[in-house]
Amino acid sequence: MSSNKKYWKSVEELNENSSIVETLKQNEFVEEIPTDEFLGDKKTLESSSTTRRDFLKYVGFSTAAASLAACEGPVIKSIPYVVQPESIIPGVANYYATTIADGFDFASVLVKTREGRPIKIENNNLAKTHNGANARVNASVLGLYDSLRVKGPMKGDQTISWGTFDTETNQKLTDLMNAGKEIVLLTQTYASPSTSKLISEFKSKYGNVRHVVYDAVSESPALDAFEARYKTRGLASYDFSKAMTIVSVGADFLGDWQGGGFDAGYAQGRVPKNGKMSRHIQFESNMSLSGANADKRVPLTPSQQKQALAKLYSMIVGGSVSTDLPEHINAAVQKAASELDKAGRNGVLVTGIQDVNAQLVALAINEHLNSKAFDPSTPILTRQGNNASVAKLVADMKAGRVGGIIMSGVNPMYTLPNAADFAEGLEKTELSIAFSMKADETAKVSQYTAAAPHYLESWGDVELKKGHYSLMQPTIRPLFDTRQFQQALLKWTGSTMSYREYIKDAWGSSILTGSSFNKALQDGVYIGSIATETTNTADDVVDAEGELETVLNTSVTAISAGAAARALVASAKSEGMELSLYTKVGMGDGQQANNPWLQEFPDPITRTSWDNYLTISAADAKSNNLMNEHVATGALNGSYADVTVNGVTVKNVPVIIQPGQAKGSIGLSLGYGRTAGLKEEMMTGVNAYPLYQNFNTAQSVSIKKASGVHEFACVQLQNTLMGRGDIIKETTLEIFNTYDSQDHKHGWNRIPMVSLNHEETPVTDPNVDLWDEFDRSIGHHFNLSIDLNSCTGCGACVIACHAENNVPVVGKEEIRRSRDMHWLRIDRYYSSEDTFAEDDKKKDEFSGLWGDKGSLGGFGELENPADNPQVAFQPVMCQHCNHAPCETVCPVAATSHGRQGQNHMAYNRCVGTRYCANNCPYKVRRFNWFLYAQNDEFDYHMNDDLGRMVLNPDVTVRSRGVMEKCSMCIQMTQKTILDAKRDGREIKDGEFQTACSAACSSGAMVFGDINDKSSKVAKLKEDDRMYHLLESVGTKPNVQYQTKVRNTTEA
Amino acid sequence: MKKSYQSLEDNSTNNMIQVIYRQLASKIPYIGLVILLTFSTSLTAQEGDPAKGKTLFNTNCASCHQLDKKMTGPALRNVEARLDEEHGLDRAWLSAWIRNSAGMVKAGDAYANQIFNEYNGTAMTAFPQLEDQDISDILAYTAQPIPEDNGGGGTTTVGPVTPVEGGISNKLILGALAVLFALLAIALVLVRQTLNRFAQEKGIEAAAKDKSLPIWKAFAQNQFLVLVTAIFFLLASAYFVYGYLSQIGVDQGYQPVQPIHFSHKIHAGDNGIDCKYCHSSARVSKTSGIPSLNVCMNCHKSIYEYKGETTAKYDKAFYDGEIQKLYAAAGWSDADQKYTGESQPVKWVRIHNLPDFAYFNHSQHVEVAGVQCQTCHGPVETMEEVYQFAPLTMGWCINCHRDTNVKVEDNAYYTKIHEQLSKKYGVDKLTAAQMGGLECGKCHY
Repeated sequence: MSSNKKYWKSVEELNENSSIVETLKQNEFVEEIPTDEFLGDKKTLESSSTTRRDFLKYVGFSTAAASLAACEGPVIKSIPYVVQPESIIPGVANYYATTIADGFDFASVLVKTREGRPIKIENNNLAKTHNGANARVNASVLGLYDSLRVKGPMKGDQTISWGTFDTETNQKLTDLMNAGKEIVLLTQTYASPSTSKLISEFKSKYGNVRHVVYDAVSESPALDAFEARYKTRGLASYDFSKAMTIVSVGADFLGDWQGGGFDAGYAQGRVPKNGKMSRHIQFESNMSLSGANADKRVPLTPSQQKQALAKLYSMIVGGSVSTDLPEHINAAVQKAASELDKAGRNGVLVTGIQDVNAQLVALAINEHLNSKAFDPSTPILTRQGNNASVAKLVADMKAGRVGGIIMSGVNPMYTLPNAADFAEGLEKTELSIAFSMKADETAKVSQYTAAAPHYLESWGDVELKKGHYSLMQPTIRPLFDTRQFQQALLKWTGSTMSYREYIKDAWGSSILTGSSFNKALQDGVYIGSIATETTNTADDVVDAEGELETVLNTSVTAISAGAAARALVASAKSEGMELSLYTKVGMGDGQQANNPWLQEFPDPITRTSWDNYLTISAADAKSNNLMNEHVATGALNGSYADVTVNGVTVKNVPVIIQPGQAKGSIGLSLGYGRTAGLKEEMMTGVNAYPLYQNFNTAQSVSIKKASGVHEFACVQLQNTLMGRGDIIKETTLEIFNTYDSQDHKHGWNRIPMVSLNHEETPVTDPNVDLWDEFDRSIGHHFNLSIDLNSCTGCGACVIACHAENNVPVVGKEEIRRSRDMHWLRIDRYYSSEDTFAEDDKKKDEFSGLWGDKGSLGGFGELENPADNPQVAFQPVMCQHCNHAPCETVCPVAATSHGRQGQNHMAYNRCVGTRYCANNCPYKVRRFNWFLYAQNDEFDYHMNDDLGRMVLNPDVTVRSRGVMEKCSMCIQMTQKTILDAKRDGREIKDGEFQTACSAACSSGAMVFGDINDKSSKVAKLKEDDRMYHLLESVGTKPNVQYQTKVRNTTEA
Repeated sequence: MKKSYQSLEDNSTNNMIQVIYRQLASKIPYIGLVILLTFSTSLTAQEGDPAKGKTLFNTNCASCHQLDKKMTGPALRNVEARLDEEHGLDRAWLSAWIRNSAGMVKAGDAYANQIFNEYNGTAMTAFPQLEDQDISDILAYTAQPIPEDNGGGGTTTVGPVTPVEGGISNKLILGALAVLFALLAIALVLVRQTLNRFAQEKGIEAAAKDKSLPIWKAFAQNQFLVLVTAIFFLLASAYFVYGYLSQIGVDQGYQPVQPIHFSHKIHAGDNGIDCKYCHSSARVSKTSGIPSLNVCMNCHKSIYEYKGETTAKYDKAFYDGEIQKLYAAAGWSDADQKYTGESQPVKWVRIHNLPDFAYFNHSQHVEVAGVQCQTCHGPVETMEEVYQFAPLTMGWCINCHRDTNVKVEDNAYYTKIHEQLSKKYGVDKLTAAQMGGLECGKCHY
């Protein structure tokens, strides 16, 4: 029941003796603001030569001078086109369907362009295949306007022309061919039918050519397993909407597991319908997005995961394995197995263990279950990398067996664990070309840097899944003198075709089977009626040498999953601490590290931005003497640790104590610690790739405390709840199904009561209200509904909001000072049972629920609530209260209410008193402490002409000293209304959108007009699960939430 | 036909010199025409009516042909006579060409092919609908001689010349007057000095001044008066300071000099071109759009000279020069009748500058509300140079929203809300304000 739970946002809050938490409950700051510090002490003030009178004179003079200077308006020039393109009307947005395929993120997207500039990425609703746009894809538009992009081809440090590039590289390639030396194409996963064709042509022209596909974050074991079983190199598709029981062993399938994009399907099954919803059991070591969303989460180390998986196999499919799992985990595994077994076709199991055996076992279990959610017939093709091939390439290069190397979409000098070997090998090649958008780590050591275009300037095609195609088209003329890899291949093969013509040709002959290419291009997606064969041009190395630890042998057709399970157990040995490397939803594999939106995007779990860090359990932190502490401003400081894997040490890794981290395990995210091709501000975190040995995310490590204190930009303890813990509501499926939401005793969504004339009255009663209610029944009345059940916390909405509303980036230091500008934040709450002192007793009472945790780690310790908390995400933006506390306190009426339900903020009227922010119960108002645009102190995208191209021309760029907040995307609702007025028609449900609701691929956010009684949001408002944030305050918000229901019922 | 003017300094449009452009069909050409017709009857089978021919020519031919200038197609003055003399082609050939030139090119007619190739293979539109009579009318019109007075010192050129002289004489008169006044002043001073000297010599004392308090001292001693005056001055200065401050940033009347002198009076006024022909994005976009140069060239490919009224300040040469500026900017070579590709975008000076924090959408007002452009932009069709007509202040916006009724007719979007709201407010017509048009967030986001 919601009211019995204690919610907390950081471990600090669990410390009853913590003075900080107590003070923060009452005050905005822990300490008195140290005015002396910036005023200086009295003595120095007195000795100063500037008297008060002088000071006033200066102020007076500068004010007068400034106002006089402002009197003369500037002359503004306006330059129209000479010949206006027919498709461009100034002030009207155009949308183009295209595809992102950067090797890590693959998605069909819509690109909004204004005056020919792409300004925003949106979901392509025609694309039913695979994924919506995640936070990184939403942010990718900013990469186009990166001021550090390579602006033309380079030879070493010299800028050369493409003509010179062509002559020289053609000559060298021909020389290499004549000398019979090997040419290697080292590329990202393109999954592109036309590129495959092109590479084949390149091979046939130059003969001794090897194509190696390299994924920075590899899924090679899963691909190997799938290939061994189904003879195609791909990844099984999973549709989690069809699964009622989901068991995941170390797979963060709501994050980037196997390319990601499973959250939409997952979210569908999470909404209780007819008293049913899916049940999700997660076994994992790091607290991941999937673990946070799970109904039951079992923390265990990577080696225990292997055993657990083998055990699951033996219990579901058969056979026996001997494991030495601790008793409580063993019990949990047994229960999970019986639940999966019971679910039968409705069950599905996924695993993220980077081991062929583990992947084989998972496939076998799903096959055995005959799972509806499991689809091996249309494999996902967006990961093609092969670990063995990459390892062999590096070895060959080092041995001087490679004549030339052409790289595209990869940055091995940064992402390879053995980058030094690669560098050595690179020096031995006669020709090295890197296609890159940046002068990155690899481009710097290559002979030629071929300036590559951004995907928004390129042509391309992608086969996301077998038979499911997506097209990439340019949405802007190339900003710089760039050429894409495929175009260069065409040049090298002596073709005069453009890559566009080439794609069109290739499609016409094989894929389209008579359909229109232009239609496919307009839609951006095309599902082939006949599954065509994308020839796999990658030259994979079959690991005959047995260098890699695997039982896979492609020559053997029948692979015994039972043998795989036994091998899995055998390989599950651990020494000391175990490290799990992972990718963050914000940074991914690190190729967008120069993107300030993503750097400032707070990690959904740790709520920390501008960093990566070692996540460690509280117990391990204590034993290693690692500390986290909150300083006076509410910011977080942490110790450093040195992390060593097989003799490779990454020094000074900041440490965060992560509730829910499995004891004996630590986590560290990849993608940070870049050193080349990015601004100094973005050089954050440490590079974890050197620890990614043998492309395995699980490693045995030793950690050692290092000296120093790290300053985190963490928004965790900031903006205190003021002790209002009932901000989030949740219940269990059992209670949800059994009791009425208003039930006196068990009601799980009761309307708060207040005393009116000594009688308990619901707070929603009009008589309770201080204010007279306005008639809002006429016209539109906008409401936003957020379903906590389907919200996975992915954060796509946060970035979409950034892009739509010109939200500035403030930088690490400012975030530390709680001056973040995010209009939309996703609060993350940990929770556990209400009284922690009685854990033992509770453990006995609720053995079914909590028994597995009581003896966590096998040490018989009393349960620490931070060991395995439940997690809830709650996106919070301005609640657009009908009785808004902010409006009543504004002395200049800068914030006021519209009839359509939106709380308006007139920036030009605001004088910056910040009364409104102080009076807001939800802490959603953001103050511009500085001018963030065109200010060298904030050298992010808004400080250069190129970066400002991404700004939305319909939204004001706020200046210093004004308050801002979510406007409920009034520019979008007004646009929808205007379009309808111009067409002279009524507005249909679904037309009204906000940036966040449009970006939400899981359908958690629904926006619309509640005066339209047939609309989805109007129905949601009547739902039992609907509640308002802090309803007892009586603010009558226009943002509604749907109570989170956890399926704790064990089948 | 000359209208007198008052002074050059007074340069308002009312006093602009009106010079009526002489029509082609003036008296002298008529005489010429009669003579010509007598000749042409012997050459042509049918007689044509040049007046009708002119109309037909303007409708059908003028987009590609001019009488005396090579355009997309050749110059057509005396085309029939020229063809007959130079190539021995008759009216029948010409009619065939007009009705289906492409057919003749295809059929391999020698001269047809020659002409076709000469004009870059641009096929002439076929006019099968033209009757024989129509063709002879057109040809009659093309056969008219060049009006004689075109280059001469007719009435059109009188205007521009005289004012220049007037300008000089005016200045002369003023200068003379100034000198005269200066002399007078010097003379007076001299006379006074002389008189004083006389008085001194004769020993006459000037009358002693009254010993009573000077008026300023009396004023300073009267505290009440000082107070009242102080209050008065304070109020007055407050009034002026307030007035001064509130006009900061209000650029009503702003009339910058533009890189090309584009006369809205000629385009929207004299020629009656619809505003939205050029400012087409006003229909769909938040901006009205400054027309791109290709929109100008739609017409100005064939309008290479100005033939309308001229004034003292802006004569024909001036306007023709501005058209040349357009050609230079658009990269149009008038001589070759093609684009050179060397364009130079025009840097117009923006007149109406709404601050960034105010959102204004043209299509909302123009298309949905049906507001006339002139409501906000003033009588643009009379403006030789456009200036900012409205103050563009928030008060000005608000007043209009308070007074203007929403145009709800035939718009299904408004049906429901109009019915409900008008019932609520008890009115028939709803103003924009009642519709929510005064809410902050409707314009500021």
